[in-house]
Amino acid sequence: MVSALLVFVFFAATAGQNGFLTSLGTANWLDTASDLGIVALPIGMLMIGGEFDLSVGSVVGASSMIVAICSGYYSFNPWIGTSLAFLFGALVGAANGLIVVRTKLPSFIVTLAMMLMVMGGMLGLAIALTGSSSISAVPSGSAQALFASNFLQFHVSILQWIVLAAVATYVMQRTAFGNWVYATGGSAETARLAGVPVAPVKIILFVCAALAAVLTGVNETLTFQNGNITLGAQYVFTGIAAAVIGGVLLTGGYGSPIGTMFGALTYGIVSLGVFYLGWNTDLANFFIGLLLLLAVLANHRLRELAMGRA
Amino acid sequence: MTTPIIELENVTKRFFGVTAISDLSLQLFPGEVFCLLGENGAGKSTVIKILTGVEAPTRGQVRVDGTVVHFASPRDAREKGIATVYQEVGALPLMSVARNFVLAAEPQKGRGLFRRLDLQEASRVALKSLRDLGISRVADGGQLVGTLSGGERQALAIGRAVHFGARVLVLDEPTASLGVRESATVLRLIERVRARGVAVLFITHNAYHAYASGDRFMVLRRGRALATFNKNERTIGEVIELMAGGAELKSLLTGTERAIASG
Repeated sequence: MVSALLVFVFFAATAGQNGFLTSLGTANWLDTASDLGIVALPIGMLMIGGEFDLSVGSVVGASSMIVAICSGYYSFNPWIGTSLAFLFGALVGAANGLIVVRTKLPSFIVTLAMMLMVMGGMLGLAIALTGSSSISAVPSGSAQALFASNFLQFHVSILQWIVLAAVATYVMQRTAFGNWVYATGGSAETARLAGVPVAPVKIILFVCAALAAVLTGVNETLTFQNGNITLGAQYVFTGIAAAVIGGVLLTGGYGSPIGTMFGALTYGIVSLGVFYLGWNTDLANFFIGLLLLLAVLANHRLRELAMGRA
Repeated sequence: MTTPIIELENVTKRFFGVTAISDLSLQLFPGEVFCLLGENGAGKSTVIKILTGVEAPTRGQVRVDGTVVHFASPRDAREKGIATVYQEVGALPLMSVARNFVLAAEPQKGRGLFRRLDLQEASRVALKSLRDLGISRVADGGQLVGTLSGGERQALAIGRAVHFGARVLVLDEPTASLGVRESATVLRLIERVRARGVAVLFITHNAYHAYASGDRFMVLRRGRALATFNKNERTIGEVIELMAGGAELKSLLTGTERAIASG
């Protein structure tokens, strides 16, 4: 939260003259933040639960291809493509979860394998069906309204993001399930002994992570009117970065959806702020990296304080 | 005489041909502290595993309230009121006292989609349970467990078990990693829990701690009950001697210990 405020004040002061603070400028950085924010929310929850998901980036790209192939190449009703994409996401998430829970392997390596399989598999399928890895898709009707419309200059994904963040906050802070997620990440063994259904909790979180990735994939595909397998590849790293900048512990058991939301907001502000400053936009990642490093140090210190080892 | 809450009858357990405990019988009655003493490898943890449903006996029977039971899982045992508090206390340092206390049995309010945690209630029962055990320093249910002392964490875990219906409390080395003061806190906790009619199985290799709070004692060595006796039947010196293995180890005792042991 502090980081979001800090970078906002910095870029408002330095890039405010260049359009950063106009409604279009604001809409732009909020849009960037919301695309990432939707993906990052359940990644943050999954990390609180003690697991990682590196496959989300490839799920964004794969769902983008599914939507584009169905509604672009085959001209089906857009709801067929989006439904298939969400179904696909649920399957990938469930597979991630089941493999991690059953084999007890680190989710880091399981989801890395899943990322490569999803990416390669979907690319092969797309080439076989359509002969191309980039397919245009023009949205229409209710699907367009839900995934690709604008209100004034603000993209609908911003609204989706806020709603999802509110739901995630409620679930994590105010329900028994949220308590189980924190406990699972704090110590899966302790949670299990206390009677928490650790395996289902993890599987549900993996499914949520994949579904959120599909949502961003569908949003971006119908908005840019183009399906691309490489879409969303950066979220592998920026999703985790947003969660950590937002205060989620790498070791699990601590953090919040609101924090993750501000982490994503920070990312949006920095990447668009650098653009509006007229600097080379590659520098945005430098700042994000710097913030990430500072956040990890601060989180680590906080953890030690909370553990009474100060 | 009352029926024991839980009872092992001529239990033998072998792991891959190695006998961990052999022909062991013990009974836990309500409102007593039963101390299981023994060096590492004496079979203490096997006794815990059988009592709490982690392992099934190779031979012999487990009875609860006089009826033979076959625990399929620790959950089975827990439902019969047998709770375990482990060496590294089952607490999550980065969660609040209240959230730790109600974990997996969360009080809820509201209906349907709006069914949610009742954090006030969670905080209330957690703090009440701690006060009942004599811990008054914790006044805020939102305090992180990581900031509690070792004794307070034990109190939280014990209070939790009792609150959720434990009739038998298995304490596995509860004082092993604690200092003198914290150990005293834990011994007081044990007394309070006993006063409520809970049967406490106190596993330790510290004869002094056992002697301070126990009613009955069993010394295990190499999987066999070497001796079973009431508090007033043996001196602490004899207990130490039994645990250590008699004369062969007597020479290793310090001067003070020898003085106690001899009289």
